[in-house]
Amino acid sequence: MIDILSKRYLYFAFSLLVIIPGLIILGARGLPLSIDFTGGSLLEVQFQGGKSLASAELIPLYEDAGIDDAQVQTTENGTLLIRSSFLSNETRDVILNEMRTQSGGEVIVIRFDSVGPSIGAAVASRAALAVALAALAVIVYITIAFRKVPNAFRYGVCAVIAMIHDVAVVFSVAGFGAMFFDWQIDALFLTALLTVIGFSVQDKVVVFDRIRENSSVLRRLEYETLVNHSIVQTLQRSINTQLMTVEFLLLALALFGGVTLQEFAVILLVGLLSGTYSSIFIAAPILVLWEKQEWRNWFRRGATA
Amino acid sequence: MIRNLYTRLVLIVIVAALAIWVDASDEIRILNPFNDAVLFVRSVAPRLGLDLQGGLQVLLEADLPEGTPIDADAMETARSIVENRTNALGVSENMIQLAGNNRIVGDFPGAEDTDAILDIIQQTGLLEFVDTGDVRPEEGTILQTDFATGSTNETAPPTDTNGTEPQTVYHTIMTGKDLRSVSVGTDVRGAPAIDFVLSSEGATIFAQHTAANIGKILTITLDKRVVSAPGIEGAIPDGQGQISGSFTAESANALAVQLRYGSLPIPLKVVETRIIGPTLGEDSLQKSLIAGMVGMIIVILFMGIYYRLPGIVADVSILFYAAIAFAIFKYFHFTLTLPGIAGFLLSTGAALDANILIFERLKEELRNGRNLVQAVDQGWTRAWSSIRDSNLATIITSLILYWFGSTFGATIVKGFSLTLALGVGISLFTAIYVTRTLLTVVLRNFKPKDLHAWFGI
Repeated sequence: MIDILSKRYLYFAFSLLVIIPGLIILGARGLPLSIDFTGGSLLEVQFQGGKSLASAELIPLYEDAGIDDAQVQTTENGTLLIRSSFLSNETRDVILNEMRTQSGGEVIVIRFDSVGPSIGAAVASRAALAVALAALAVIVYITIAFRKVPNAFRYGVCAVIAMIHDVAVVFSVAGFGAMFFDWQIDALFLTALLTVIGFSVQDKVVVFDRIRENSSVLRRLEYETLVNHSIVQTLQRSINTQLMTVEFLLLALALFGGVTLQEFAVILLVGLLSGTYSSIFIAAPILVLWEKQEWRNWFRRGATA
Repeated sequence: MIRNLYTRLVLIVIVAALAIWVDASDEIRILNPFNDAVLFVRSVAPRLGLDLQGGLQVLLEADLPEGTPIDADAMETARSIVENRTNALGVSENMIQLAGNNRIVGDFPGAEDTDAILDIIQQTGLLEFVDTGDVRPEEGTILQTDFATGSTNETAPPTDTNGTEPQTVYHTIMTGKDLRSVSVGTDVRGAPAIDFVLSSEGATIFAQHTAANIGKILTITLDKRVVSAPGIEGAIPDGQGQISGSFTAESANALAVQLRYGSLPIPLKVVETRIIGPTLGEDSLQKSLIAGMVGMIIVILFMGIYYRLPGIVADVSILFYAAIAFAIFKYFHFTLTLPGIAGFLLSTGAALDANILIFERLKEELRNGRNLVQAVDQGWTRAWSSIRDSNLATIITSLILYWFGSTFGATIVKGFSLTLALGVGISLFTAIYVTRTLLTVVLRNFKPKDLHAWFGI
């Protein structure tokens, strides 16, 4: 039987290697929050028939309407994306009319999002609450589901530690995405994050369930062997469910799903992968580490690995 | 062992037939076979969200000073007024819902003239009865009142013309919320006037105020603009009154209509607008449909190749699952959005996970030397606890997401969590009930000798 658990410190190091650079990027650049959380507006337009206005011509247009923080970006599809602070519908009409006059052709609104500042802040605080609630619900739920196993509480805590790991991985990806592809943290990102949390727990429960079952059947085994045994038994399922089905579906979404869904699909893809990874390489090893109380050895000479 | 195997099979076929019927039609109709009378009819045309067909979403917030308690009934009335107003524009499939306790979210999928919708929503039509003491303001002037000052979307003209002194703020006695009915009548001189009846609460306030202020002026304003400023001639105890002014028959009628349908009990302001052009929506719809198809085909192939016979049975049950889920979405008029499609695909993953858990267990039991019937039985029994516990965890998160989405009118989050939760629920049924029944039926009628070829072990 494959011995997975003995190299546990290697997995921890690997996870840190994935997580830390992304978090450093986020720390240095600040969270790339979208207007969903900060308030503001986003106007995507396409010029048809007339002259396409350049960024230098658009910004004064906004300034005339009293908006002095407009930023213009050209997209792959040849449309213009203008971000600014909150635009009322009246101001938007004034700006659009002016664009039409200056371009001499038709200006097509592809997308317009405008979020008031108060609503953005309310969404952000409620989102944080939703994540915290989800984490709490998980600990309580697992502790109840595993109440017949010794130290049921540990399983809940390990699931949450692994969940935090997955959330950190998602944020790390968001950091890289923000740096290279101008990704933003928006309502869809939040949806993806909460899904990762849900599925992360689902995955832990499957592995823990096997430990629960084995611990009543194989009582004489040492705890580490028992956990290792359980991981190996569920390994095929983990690979098949995760890689072959969920990841295939998401990969299809990322490749063919259009711009709106790409970021969402990539985040889910990495997040769900991390969810499966962390059940095997984070949650279960921590259970063993806890059982053996390995932290006593951490500060002795040459004790790691 | 399963008892009543064939009853189960019949039930599955019936459910599948119903689901396919709903999936394939835009309207379902049940006729009485004896006289062809329509017994039941329901439209099941698919509803596409804003992101799939373009349109407008607008979030309105009660425009009251911070900390003002907000009456839930008044919000509901405001919601239905906004609904009536926008329905009058002939926009189909629009949905106006309360979001949290002080917001209203309006979805107008497919709307093209978004400006017209925004205009009509923002016509506040707030009626106020204002105590102006001895002052009789002229018709058409703008009054400052102490009810909800500071709205940004009022139809108020630009700020005071030069040279006017700061305006006095008058006290609002009551608002249009207390108006029960409005009709056009004639006043004592025979000129057109507006008769109104107040709610019992309004009548009490009105009775007290008129009794205490005989000889003073009671000014009536609509959106802060003075409509009429009658003097109080005597106490009005029964809650029935009349607004008279210089009305023509038409203007009296127009005002009555606005009072009847347009008196919002709470002023609303637009805090969020989202407009999606039709081309972007169409593009997203096509791309995500292709993505869904490609993903499904790969997964179906994988299941068949890897798990052989049970895999093919699982494929049938996954198609069955997709048919039921889609039928439920259509029947209950769920709006399909992009994240909704993503949620559906993910729940398909959960449905497959249940099957995979069972099949892995089944193979293990076969390797341990059990016979086929025992192995199938054990596979289901043993995998059940992990399927149940893990799916419950997903449903818990979906519910938290749904709660989050509905407080903020975040339709995308709502759509996603709803399809995910429902999908996970249906997938439990298909894995436990459908796959198992079908597999048992297949194994009864066909006894494979070569386990390696048929089960992949």
